[in-house]
Formats: sequence, C-alpha cells, structure tokens
Amino acid sequence: MSGAEFVPLSLVPMLIGICVAVACALPGNFLVLRKQALIGDAISHVILPGIVVAFLLTGAVTTWPMLFGAAGAAVVAVVVIEAVVRLGRIEPGAAMGVIFTAMFAAGVLLLEQSDTSSVHLDVEHALYGNLESLIWLDAVGWSSLFDRQALAGLPVELPRMAATLLFVAAFIALFWRPLKISTFDEGFARTVGIRTGPLGFALVIVAAIAAVAAFDAVGSIIVIAMFICPPAAARMMTNRLEHQLLWSAVFAVVSAVAGYTLAAFGPLWLGLSASVSAAGMIATLSGIILALAAMFGPHRRRGAG
Amino acid sequence: MILDALLLQLGYNATLVTIGAALLGMAAGVGGTFLFLRKRALVSDAISHATLPGVCVAFIVMAMLGGDGRNLIGLLSGAAASAALGLLCVNWLSTRTRLAEDAAIGAVLSVFFGLGVVLLTVIQTMNAGRQAGLEGFLLGSTAGMLRSDALIIAGSAAITLALVVLLRRPLTLASFDPEFATATGQNVGRTDLAMMGLVLAVTVVGLKIVGLIMIVALLIIPPVTARFWTERTDHVVVISGALGGLSAYIGAALSAALPHFPTGPIIVLVGFGFFTLSLLAAPGRGLASAVIRHRRFQRRVHLRQGLLALAQGQPIYEPLTLRLLRREGWALLDGVATDDGRARAAKALRDETRWQTIRSDPDFEAAAAHYDGLRAIETVLTPDQIEEVDRMIGAPRPVQT
Repeated sequence: MSGAEFVPLSLVPMLIGICVAVACALPGNFLVLRKQALIGDAISHVILPGIVVAFLLTGAVTTWPMLFGAAGAAVVAVVVIEAVVRLGRIEPGAAMGVIFTAMFAAGVLLLEQSDTSSVHLDVEHALYGNLESLIWLDAVGWSSLFDRQALAGLPVELPRMAATLLFVAAFIALFWRPLKISTFDEGFARTVGIRTGPLGFALVIVAAIAAVAAFDAVGSIIVIAMFICPPAAARMMTNRLEHQLLWSAVFAVVSAVAGYTLAAFGPLWLGLSASVSAAGMIATLSGIILALAAMFGPHRRRGAG
Repeated sequence: MILDALLLQLGYNATLVTIGAALLGMAAGVGGTFLFLRKRALVSDAISHATLPGVCVAFIVMAMLGGDGRNLIGLLSGAAASAALGLLCVNWLSTRTRLAEDAAIGAVLSVFFGLGVVLLTVIQTMNAGRQAGLEGFLLGSTAGMLRSDALIIAGSAAITLALVVLLRRPLTLASFDPEFATATGQNVGRTDLAMMGLVLAVTVVGLKIVGLIMIVALLIIPPVTARFWTERTDHVVVISGALGGLSAYIGAALSAALPHFPTGPIIVLVGFGFFTLSLLAAPGRGLASAVIRHRRFQRRVHLRQGLLALAQGQPIYEPLTLRLLRREGWALLDGVATDDGRARAAKALRDETRWQTIRSDPDFEAAAAHYDGLRAIETVLTPDQIEEVDRMIGAPRPVQT
C-alpha cells in the first residue's frame, strides 16, 4: 500500500490505538496485581452519565466539558463505592456492581430523555468508539509528517492521547518504588513509611484519567480490554515486574497494530467489501494473546517458579 | 396511564412483558443472593457480556441458512452457548493459571464483548442484517415486541423461577456453609454448577428485557439491598426475590406507560432506589440507625463522665455534658449538682470503685472482663456478689483527727 493512502487513512487511527493500548496497559499491571482489575470496567461504565450531563449543560459535543464530566463521574463513583463499602459493610465487588450499573442506567436514561438526535452522541458510540473515523484529511503521504500545515490538521485525539500516555508513564516512573513495594506487600510498605492509602487512590485516579481520555477516542471496550488482557498475558511470561511492564506494552502495541490492520483490511482479504469494528478487533486480539500466554506462557501456573 | 400500567391495563403484550419481567426479577433476586453470598457477584457480568458473540453467530447462521435471523429462541440458544463458554473460560483462567478471578472476569467480558462488536459490524454489512435490531440486546428493548417473543420471555422466566424454588435448599446450604454442605454429602462443586446454570438462565432470558450490560444489576442490587434488612440467609433470599420482582414489575410498567423510558435502565434505577432507601433507613445496618446508635453512645459516655466529675467535685466545662446533665435534672445551670445528681454521682463513683476492686481480684475475672467503662455493674454481678465486693472495699470510715 502506498503512503498516499496509508498516511491519511490508517496512520493516525493506528497511532491512537497504540497510545490508548499502552496508556491503559501500564497502570493495568498494578491493578491486576492488586486484584482491582475490574476498576477499569467500572470506570468505563460510570463515565457515561458524566458525559451526558456535560452535554446537557453545554448543549454541544465539545471536548473539555465532556472530559471534565467524565472525570467528575469517575471520581464520584470511586467515592460512592468506597462509602457504600464502609457504611453498608458490603464486599467491594458487589458494591462496585451496584454503583456502576446504576450510574450507567442513569446515563442511558438521561440520553434517551434528552434530545440528542441532532448530535453524534449515543450509547453505541460510547461503547465501541469510532477509531476508523479519526482520519487525517490534510495528509497526502509520508511527506506530510514534515509539513507544518498538514500537521495542524491532525485529529486532536492523537496529541491528547500521546500526552496521556506520557503522563501515565511519568506517574509510574516517578512512583516506581513505592508502587512496586505497596503492590506486593502493603504491610511492609507501611512500615517503611509509604502512605499506601493515598498512593492506591492516586493509582485509581491515573487509571481513570487514562480511561477517560481513551474513551473519547475509542470507546470503552478497548479500555477495559487493555487494562486487563496485556498485563494478564504479561504476568504469564515473567516474575519480574519490570519485565512484566515491558511485555504488557509489547502485547498492547501488537494488539493495537494487528487488530486495526485486521479490522480495516481483513474483510477485504476475505472478499468482503466493508471493514469491521477496529475497537472490537483490538479487544479480540488482546484476548487471543492472553489465551496463548495462558496456554504456553512459562510462568502461567501459580507458585511455579 | 402509570396506574393503568401498574394494574396491567395496557394491552396484552405489555401485560405479558410486565409479568415476565416480574417473574424474571424474582428469579434473579433469588439466584443473585447465592452468587452474592458466595462472593462471586461479578461473575455474572462476564456471563452477560459473553452472550453477545453467541447472539451474533446465531443470527448469522440462521440468516445464512435462509431462515429468519431474528428468531428469538435461536438467538437465545446462541447466547446461552457463548455465555457458557465464557463462564468456562473464567473458571479455567482463575483455577488453572495464576490470574485472580477478577482479572479473569475482566478479560473474558471485554474480549467476548469485543468479538461480539466485531460480529455486529459484520452483520451490518449483510443484506439481512440491516434491520436485525440486535442492538436491542445491549440495552434491552421491549417496545414493539412480537407477541410470540413476549410469550417466550414470560414462559422462560416462569421456568427459571420454578428452577430456583426447586434448588433453593442445596443452594442455601452450599452458599451459607460450604464445608458443612460437603460434610453432609452434598457435592458442592455440582451445586456451584447449578447456581451458575441458574445465573446463565436469568441472564439469557433477561437479555431482551434489561439488556446484557445491565442484567448484572438485577442479580446484584436486590441481594445487596436485602442484606441490609436481615442477618439470616433464608430471609435474605426471600426479601431479595421480592425486591427483584417488585423493581422489575414497577420498572417494566413505567416503561410501558411513558415514552422514552427504556425498560432496562428504569428497572435498574427502581432497584437502586430501593437500595438507597435501605442504605439510609434500614434498622441495624442502615445509615440513620448507625447515626442514632452513635449519638446514644456519645450521650452515655458524656453523662457518665459528667457524673464522675460531679462526684469528685471537679468543675465541668464541656457544653454537651453540661446540657445533658441539666436535661436529666442532675445539675443546675452553673454546673452545681442537684440532690438527685449528687446521689447519682455518688452511685457512679461507688460503682467505679467496685469495678476497680473486682478487676484486681482474680476471683471475679470473668465478670471483670465485661468492664468497658459504661456497663452497669448490676448486669454482671448478683446482689450477693455486690455486697461481697462492698465488704472488700469497706464502709466509709470517720476521719481520723
């Protein structure tokens, strides 16, 4: 395929897919090890009401209010879940189930009640996103990468996602030691003076930021899949956290690139005309990688070396 | 209009759907209780998301064979098959690999759902797929349902409920005390399988009414709500079933009566309303009663400290203590004890001395263990024992000059 076709149509979605996948997979490693894997699932459900409320308040589908609405909803959900666990003495899993389904239901109802038919805001979009539509119209080929005018027409999702990825990576690098210690041995972490409570909360917030930023571009399926599948597959490959993070990043990139390629061109190879959902395909591929790792990974069993 | 709907006056289809939803809600409430007690509530989330590829494959197969892709029985069979596969994957990942159950749940739900979305987009490109309406399975849609579909849903909801009632004894035993269940010769593994089968049935039947994203709420919210009202497993089961049935009934009726009220979200929100109410107002575990308990405790502590201060002639500066003492008529406005207050204070001080005595005497070890600074000594010692303690302390002596 020529650059003239690839750069405007496929390069940007692919890069966004990679950024999303890695930005979610990195904090996902800690969430999986801390048995908080379903937080990604919960967050991606609860941001729907936040986005709808932001839309109702501003009356338009604009980026910043929606991001704030989504982040606000995520924080509200985390606080409410914690409150229900403490006040009602309910186990965290069940409390999470109650709150995220209720908030999601509220979001769907608000969406149905308000007149959003004129704008592009619906539940399906929130679920699968629309990676394929993020094309770079101003590009004419590889040379556009050095063309300032063409670069100005780049979809805003790409720089935003790249910034999110940098932010997430910086957080993990900055708090590497405390994160690592508190993930494996919380009691020891407390004795050496690490404030595990705020640190755990910060980790959830960073995951929420990654989820909210990604959600806008690609929908919630990729977000949930990337929080869990690459880290889970990486866990089968190694016992060292440093290597696990690297493996998870590699798996995330492979899922994103191969998933996007298969979704965009796979049906053509089979002789069908249209492409299939890239978000769904990326999630599926990450699942296949996880299945392979679970069957053949060197460290797949509990306690075995 | 709403009243009509609640009284089942909105036509045959709406009535069938409402009754079906209520039966399903009951089955979900009861089945969900066992799931909740086994601490596996979120497994149902993986099961429900795993139905999507099955629905899509069933549609594609039926359409390719030249039949009507929208045949509900076919779609639901596909859903059940892929949900069972998803469940197997969760079990395999969480027992045979080092992954914890939550990671296994998350992996299965996202991957199966992703695959389902891919298949949905495939269906959209098929000629027969244009009006497939499979999106209705995501969020539930009962509007414009075929009569035959409504009959199928009401019927299968009734069967599911009957199954739950039939299996309630082994399920209760296994979820309340698995070790004891094993000791009595029950195969807990098989009971767990039956429980998961029930959850699967609820999920599949509920697909069309509540939708696969929110069906998990039907299984989780009622038992969590019921837990606020009782400490007994058998009561949780009954209350949860009733709550589930009631919220599904009210939700389905409201949705039939009002425009733009999709069934699934309404049912979930009605259930959440019950939950919020219980969290605030339930006796014992609710928020209000916790606050009342705390205030009562605070009052006892303040009164007791106030009395001890009066007895020892110390001035009281703390405003709450002063106010409480005044309200009991034990002290005047300036903190000086009344006659009644002096008597009470003397008694409080005497009791404290008695406590200190028995705490240093090994003979009273069992009684002394109850000491928490608030407990009345009469509740742990007999009058004879108190007399004995008083002899040990000795009567007030005249002052030596």
